[in-house]
Amino acid sequence: MKQNPDETWTLFLYVAGMTPVARRALANIEAICKEHLEGQYSLQIIDLLEQPALAEGHQIFAVPTLVRQLPEPLRKIVGDLANTAKVVVGLDIQTSASAGQRGRR
Amino acid sequence: MAHEKDSVSSTRELQKARTGIAGLDEITHGGLPAGHPTLVYGGPGCGKTILAMEFIVRGARDFNEPGLFISFEESAAQLQENFSSLGFELDALIEQKQLKIGHVDLSRGEIIEAGSFTLDGLIIRLMHGIAEIGAKRLVLDSMEAVFAALSVNAKLRSEVARLFDWVRDAGVTTIVTGERGKGDSTRYGFEDYISDCVLLLDHRITDQISKRRLRIVKYRGSSHATNEFPFLIGDTGLSVIPITSIDLNHEAYPERVSTGVSDMDEMLGGQGYFKAKTALITGIAGAGKSSVAAAFALATCKRGERCLYFSFEESAAHVTRNMKSLGIDLVPWIDTGLLRMRSFRPTFRGLEEHLVSVAQQTDAHNPTCVVMDPITNFVTVGDEEEVKSMLTRILDLLKRRGVTLLMTALTTGAQKSEETEMRLSSMVDTWVVLDSEPASRTYRRTIRVVKARGMAHSHATRELVMSSAGLSVKDLPVEEMHV
Repeated sequence: MKQNPDETWTLFLYVAGMTPVARRALANIEAICKEHLEGQYSLQIIDLLEQPALAEGHQIFAVPTLVRQLPEPLRKIVGDLANTAKVVVGLDIQTSASAGQRGRR
Repeated sequence: MAHEKDSVSSTRELQKARTGIAGLDEITHGGLPAGHPTLVYGGPGCGKTILAMEFIVRGARDFNEPGLFISFEESAAQLQENFSSLGFELDALIEQKQLKIGHVDLSRGEIIEAGSFTLDGLIIRLMHGIAEIGAKRLVLDSMEAVFAALSVNAKLRSEVARLFDWVRDAGVTTIVTGERGKGDSTRYGFEDYISDCVLLLDHRITDQISKRRLRIVKYRGSSHATNEFPFLIGDTGLSVIPITSIDLNHEAYPERVSTGVSDMDEMLGGQGYFKAKTALITGIAGAGKSSVAAAFALATCKRGERCLYFSFEESAAHVTRNMKSLGIDLVPWIDTGLLRMRSFRPTFRGLEEHLVSVAQQTDAHNPTCVVMDPITNFVTVGDEEEVKSMLTRILDLLKRRGVTLLMTALTTGAQKSEETEMRLSSMVDTWVVLDSEPASRTYRRTIRVVKARGMAHSHATRELVMSSAGLSVKDLPVEEMHV
């Protein structure tokens, strides 16, 4: 996957209430985006307790779930996103250092 | 179909939700545990999705209980397409808000796990879906897909257990489907979390004939039947064939039905066969079994009653032609619709298909009398025990409907066939043996009533005369009686 500078990343983070796990997930993804996708992404948090109908669209069953809507294809990562390496690989973020450095911040 | 007796006796134990699936409510003594989860599992193609969907559709259509179907495998569109062939109009039910299908695609294995999570997303979806249509029934199809998509560990197991607890709290009657793993357990062993009620489905193919079986492995707080029950996936969904002896107290019909041959009526206490019971006519080839059967069918139609005639050896055209030469003209009655003939070879289908077919035809035609000519050919389809079990079920089914059954069986005089006869005899109320014996230069046909439960009947061997004027019986000449 190539990463053009003009490419927009559209991310959704689904949570069910702002639980400690949800807060951790949010902090983790924000940190990852800041480091790798600064200025190229939008991150929307969807609390299913407030908007339960939205669970259908992305077929959410676990929370937290991070959905990468764009770039395609759609990707889903579940969990509190504490495993940064897995998240970076899962989102398919091509970092300049990703070849040599295995996802460490 | 439903037998109120069964369900009433068990309501004290537990509230039950009727599935509406033919036969299933009988063997579960009233349905699935209302407000609890039931596990339905089996190998691939065992019919669990069909059972689950039928439970939802019938609930919505027949019991005013809307249902939510969460599919982890097929999409809503695929389900709609698959089930339209079973006559389930899912789109109409969806339109009326009686049904909602939710899809969670886990099949592509795209889920990446990065840290701890809960299944609250699914629970919120369930809550929302249930509230949206006022669902009383829920299906999760299949739970196995959830396990397959995620790494199976203690955390996931406890989440699944929590999900089922939530289902119990929500009080929706739920079917959770699973794949059968080794032995009698599910692949991921989650049956431990659903001990309320467990149904195991099995599909095997023996001698190229498909056999489906359903067994109630567990049903907490309820009596239930424990056997393996044959079931079928037919044009209108699932049919489970309950075992016969659930209740043996069929209504006693003291009434009689004419055999169609007045002399035979005479031999049977002057009145003929017992109504709503089973008569068996056995005999060697050419002894006149089909003729006796046809005479019975004709008499039924002449009384203005409906008759269903299964011919397992010859085509309907063949039978009617042969019988016409004996003065038994069935054709006019086929034309009026009173007589319905069904002709097919037993080997064409599996035993339970026959059973269901007899049941369906009986429901459709609503006859007072049924003829099965001959039943001997079934032995080629299954082993003796299976055949007996199927016949017992047919007999039971017809008795319950108050239908009189006449069946014929071919005897060859061989040891094996005598045993078969003896076994059959225990299942029937009247047994008439046809034979032939040498007489001066030819053979003459004989008739003898071996058994007629609870009726005064003649024990004499007499001569069965077949002529173009029909059937009659006369005494054997005295001087030849001892030959």
